[in-house]
Amino acid sequence: MAILVFIEQREGRVRSVAREALGEAVRLAAALGGPVVGVCAAAADPGLAALGDAGATEMLLATHEAFRHYEPAGYVRAVVAAVERVKPSVVVFSASSMGRDLAPRVAARLGVGLAADCTALAVEGGRLVATRPVFASKAVQRVAFTGTPAMVSLRPKVFAAAPSQNGAAPTVTPLAIDHDPAAARSRVREVKTTSAGKVDLTEAEIIVSGGRGLKGPENFAIIEALALALGATVGASRAVVDAGWRPHGDQVGQTGKTVSPKLYVAIAISGAIQHLAGMSSSRCIVAINKDPDAPIFKVADFGVVGDAFEVVPALTEAVKALNARS
Amino acid sequence: MLQVVCIKQVADTETRVKVAADGRTLDPAGVTWILNPYDEFALEQALRIREAAGEGEVVVLSLGGPGVQTTLRNALAMGADRAIHLKTDAVQPDSLQVARALAAELQGLGPHLIWFGKQAVDDDAAQVAPMVAELLGHPCVTVVAAIELTQGAEGGPAGGQAVIEREIEGAREVVEVTLPAVLAADKGLNEPRYASLKGIMAAKKKPIDEKPVSLGPPALEILSLALPAARAPGRIVGQGVEAVPELVRVLREEARVI
Ligand SMILES: Cc1cc2nc3c(=O)[nH]c(=O)nc-3n(C[C@H](O)[C@H](O)[C@H](O)COP(=O)(O)OP(=O)(O)OC[C@H]3O[C@@H](n4cnc5c(N)ncnc54)[C@H](O)[C@@H]3O)c2cc1C
Ligand SMILES: Nc1ncnc2c1ncn2[C@@H]1O[C@H](COP(=O)(O)O)[C@@H](O)[C@H]1O
Repeated sequence: MAILVFIEQREGRVRSVAREALGEAVRLAAALGGPVVGVCAAAADPGLAALGDAGATEMLLATHEAFRHYEPAGYVRAVVAAVERVKPSVVVFSASSMGRDLAPRVAARLGVGLAADCTALAVEGGRLVATRPVFASKAVQRVAFTGTPAMVSLRPKVFAAAPSQNGAAPTVTPLAIDHDPAAARSRVREVKTTSAGKVDLTEAEIIVSGGRGLKGPENFAIIEALALALGATVGASRAVVDAGWRPHGDQVGQTGKTVSPKLYVAIAISGAIQHLAGMSSSRCIVAINKDPDAPIFKVADFGVVGDAFEVVPALTEAVKALNARS
Repeated sequence: MLQVVCIKQVADTETRVKVAADGRTLDPAGVTWILNPYDEFALEQALRIREAAGEGEVVVLSLGGPGVQTTLRNALAMGADRAIHLKTDAVQPDSLQVARALAAELQGLGPHLIWFGKQAVDDDAAQVAPMVAELLGHPCVTVVAAIELTQGAEGGPAGGQAVIEREIEGAREVVEVTLPAVLAADKGLNEPRYASLKGIMAAKKKPIDEKPVSLGPPALEILSLALPAARAPGRIVGQGVEAVPELVRVLREEARVI
């Protein structure tokens, strides 16, 4: 049986999370057997043939003028049509904003279960088992599926992207769907960019977050400077967001974003359980805090006890010096 | 205008997770139960819409064991008009089971707006809202950061419109929907109110309609719940600015992240 992968595109470009989903689908196919087939909804082909060497044999492409933006009703139709056509054992989405909105709709339509925001997939005794964090990463749940296809969405930045294999390009097959935007009763009027050119927290390789210990919004300049030197995205604790120092989109934690960068630098953040919930799956955690007993040091791989106003600028200079050398 | 807010009772965010003897669920001993934080934003917005319109009804709907009535009571104290409790003994129904039961009840109520939280902070699924929308054939917007009702939507009848901003990666989608619609609230939508003493007193007299439900078959089978693997212990590389060269070295040479 095939494995179907939803290929997410925005503004005509395939998103990096789609490569992660493809990568995991290829690994699953090795255990479950069957080809990997992609399905994409777009206004025009976003260059699916170029994803060919990522391991899929076929790409089903549903095009509609309305698919320039995310159009849930039409996208659901496209994925459901693909499911009916290839009869997959598993459907893989990314747990991005789009995937988290779309996958449950498809699951409800098909009447099957969905394991959302998975951090690992395995095949045990011939069946798919999904591992997913629950209780804001304070516990992990393993789930299996009672129906077919099994549906999963994958947490961004956790799964390795499909490598380029210089294999044969997949065939791109048009997928005919019957979609009437007017009947959908919902339409994306515009997409307002809120952080031009900035990598989103959920997709950032490096995050530098600041907390209440910075004492005021103006002091985020030292955080911004370090982030710039590291090529990082700026995050924040809830205390800072609730004080209005940073926008809501910057909040990391239980009621903010869940992030898994390769490096997370927590500066003047105490490490409340709700903050840890959002960042404890980061690969490497650095904490800079003047209180040696701050709970953040319990999860940090590397800690510096000290005043952020001294340590952070010095760190920025050191990183810049490093960048200049390499 | 009728608005229904679907609310879930969850373990307090401070809870230290202990796994129950079944190896699959949370040990409820000593857990403090709260209204799911995201559902507070949903309820607050529904109340504000009712207040701005000067009319209408806000109904809170929750599926769960007998314990959820305290949470429904809290929602009534915040200002909801009445509550419906879909009663079940199922310990941890999956999202589709919950969505089907809620959708069946909502079908009969016919609300103009159906509110949810972005996600429940116990299962972190973020699934029930889009599933309910799909089952009812309604448009749905998740991760709602702002909403404005237009074209007389306050007046109630379907055909009213709403313009909604939805937070996505690095951008906001501005979505126009025609009611009835399903919305899932994000933090930042508003600042939820605290229940006033007067509200708490009034809530005691508001009705909670109790309805037993039988759930459909599960779509997911929970195999286990476990604590995550502990992170390898870290270390303090030093104090103050003197620690910076060593920090840079370990990040580069040991962790290989810069
Ligand atoms: C339902 C609920 C949901 C929540 N969700 C979230 C969430 O999503 N994300 C989140 O972050 N929080 C969340 N919280 C809030 C959380 O409990 C904490 O209140 C919050 O994380 C604290 O933020 P902070 O670490 O910036 O501030 P504080 O706890 O005040 O810590 C400030 C830290 O700065 C240090 N410091 C002070 N001065 C300096 C200096 N000069 N140099 C170095 N260090 C210094 C201090 O030692 C201290 O450790 C939630 C709470 C609840 C109840
Ligand atoms: N048992 C329930 N009763 C009522 N509403 C629920 C229930 N479970 C989930 N919800 C709603 O669905 C939202 C998303 O939950 P979830 O999909 O579990 O993350 C919650 O914020 C609630 O608004």
